[in-house]
Amino acid sequence: MNAPVNPFVARKSSARTIEHIAFGFFRTATYFILICAAVIFGFIFVKGGQTVFRSSFPFVNVPFLTQAPETLYVFQFEGKKMELGDRDFRKFKEERHIKDIPAESYVYSSGGIFPCIVGTVLLVIGSMAIALFIGISSAIYLNEYSKQGRFVHFVRLAILNLAGVPSIVFGLFGFALFVMFMPMLQDFRNPTVLSFPVGFGHYLNFSGWNVCLLSGWFTLAFMALPVVITASEESLKSVPKGFREGSLALGATKWQTIRTNVLPYALPGMLTSSILGIARVAGETAPIMFTAAYVIRDKMPWQVDHPMDFFFQGVMALPYHIYVVSSKIPQNEYTERVQYGAAFVFLVIVMGIALTSILLRIKMRNRYRW
Amino acid sequence: MKLPDTAPMPHAALAPPEESSTMIEVENLDFYYGQARALHEINISIPANKVTAFIGPSGCGKSTLLRCFNRMNDLVDIARIGKGRVRIHGIDIYDPDVDVISLRRQVGMVFQKSNPFPKSIYENITYGLEIQGISDRKRLDEVVEKSLRGAALWDEVKDRLHTSGLGLSGGQQQRLCIARAIAVEPSIILMDEPCSALDPIATSKVEELIQQLKGKYTIVIVTHNMQQAGRCSDNTAFFYLGKLIEFAKTEKIFTNPSQRQTEDYITGRFG
Ligand SMILES: Nc1ncnc2c1ncn2[C@@H]1O[C@H](COP(=O)(O)OP(=O)(O)OP(=O)(O)O)[C@@H](O)[C@H]1O
Ligand SMILES: [Mg+2]
Repeated sequence: MNAPVNPFVARKSSARTIEHIAFGFFRTATYFILICAAVIFGFIFVKGGQTVFRSSFPFVNVPFLTQAPETLYVFQFEGKKMELGDRDFRKFKEERHIKDIPAESYVYSSGGIFPCIVGTVLLVIGSMAIALFIGISSAIYLNEYSKQGRFVHFVRLAILNLAGVPSIVFGLFGFALFVMFMPMLQDFRNPTVLSFPVGFGHYLNFSGWNVCLLSGWFTLAFMALPVVITASEESLKSVPKGFREGSLALGATKWQTIRTNVLPYALPGMLTSSILGIARVAGETAPIMFTAAYVIRDKMPWQVDHPMDFFFQGVMALPYHIYVVSSKIPQNEYTERVQYGAAFVFLVIVMGIALTSILLRIKMRNRYRW
Repeated sequence: MKLPDTAPMPHAALAPPEESSTMIEVENLDFYYGQARALHEINISIPANKVTAFIGPSGCGKSTLLRCFNRMNDLVDIARIGKGRVRIHGIDIYDPDVDVISLRRQVGMVFQKSNPFPKSIYENITYGLEIQGISDRKRLDEVVEKSLRGAALWDEVKDRLHTSGLGLSGGQQQRLCIARAIAVEPSIILMDEPCSALDPIATSKVEELIQQLKGKYTIVIVTHNMQQAGRCSDNTAFFYLGKLIEFAKTEKIFTNPSQRQTEDYITGRFG
């Protein structure tokens, strides 16, 4: 036998074993994340899908998406088990001239979640506008105008720290500042709080804005600011220095340069990362539960007497509704439907926002390329 | 006091006798980045309507001095002038009265890395005018044609004015940047290694262009290419370690330099 000895023949060695174990470990960790994500999504989709979808036309549970929450009444009638919402139950009794039917009642388990959807959308839009405005402005200041010295370093540190503040603390902060303290321009003197006359019979009363959209917007916006500022700064940094120098060398002012030759190219990146960040924050319960969210409200947000009242009304919101339904009232199969239905809708809304921001980026990227 | 931005520059009406008119005058200039001194006591008088080349080994402060002329160094936080003056048209451009915006309209700049904006060719040229608030379409059209012709680019791009400036070749992009600079009618054009990223053919086009421009503009060009300095400049300044070693007519610098360091550098003994 004079076959040549294969120098590369596989040999058992401890290094190989360790290699296998390490590889397997990392792979398992990755798959574990995937599985977790799949389970969460699957669970919500299956459970929530039962509430949101119907097996017959129109295939979607329209009342769930278009009506306000109602109390559900479950009762026996002529040997049949009936489930009716508050209004239907009353109509049912009137039609049959029955005074009273013994029934079990479950709050919020009938009707839909329409006011919550509206409230959440309003909260997202408002806080997004505020966070984008303040965040992009300060990113421009930090990145384009300020001297890169100790002060800016300190500001950046503060922003990073802000990102680590728990959401409930933001909620309390918003409560103390916006709900309890911010000034209102009113035509009377409020003797119980700080009050400054501003002339024409009007007073600046430091009585707070109360639980309202405005308080919620600012609280959420403040919470989203670290993300927005960081993302915006990254986008600004990615715009080549040559564009700025070229523009300035032609005699443009700094602001002209930023407006025409920096912002347009930085905006796509700014918007996508920021919108994603804000969508995450707007899904938080803690910051709005003291500042903007109502457990239940009969009127829709547009049913206000005076346009200004729009900003000073509380709203129902999906995350808070889910919280209330799953922890503030007795649990049963009926509340569970609302719970998962709302979670499902919420997830779809957040995914919709994410998708929009990605499409927006693709569209804007194609316009400016270098 | 502002720099005169409408008054006719000396070049047209009052053509100076040989070497008598100074456009940029630097007097005892010390320049620092933080604690590090980048320029030592520079004294130089750059004549009007001539091409002046700055040569010297890397890091000797050529770009720094050039960027003092249009105050681009203001953008560097740690940069500061220690002492000395820079005068353009006899006016100290670091005087608090001087408006840096109108200064930069008078002193155009072309960068090493060509940097057309990601806009159309047309918009690239009109940018400098639009930020001055000029929006008259006819006037803009005229300026675009004139500037592109001035930069020897018109024939190559006249059919694609509204396509992106980034679609041009490297050499065309650099000439577009030159066209953009002359569109605002500066009296001085500063060029920081304008050809270092170009191939020989594109380079010779830009050099030709510099020759055409020099009657109308005062041009200061930084270059690492000795032949280029020899070919297209009237005067050459040699810098070494932040100091101006020698400043003389280009022929003299290249044939009979009076300083030992200059000779060593141009004969390639260091640098
Ligand atoms: N923004 C800056 N911050 C700190 N130091 C700088 C800065 N720009 C330049 N310098 C320093 O100043 C000195 C001169 O630099 P400059 O860019 O003027 O050289 P140069 O002659 O143009 O070189 P090159 O031929 O490589 O372009 C160098 O030592 C450089 O390190
Ligand atoms: Mg340089």
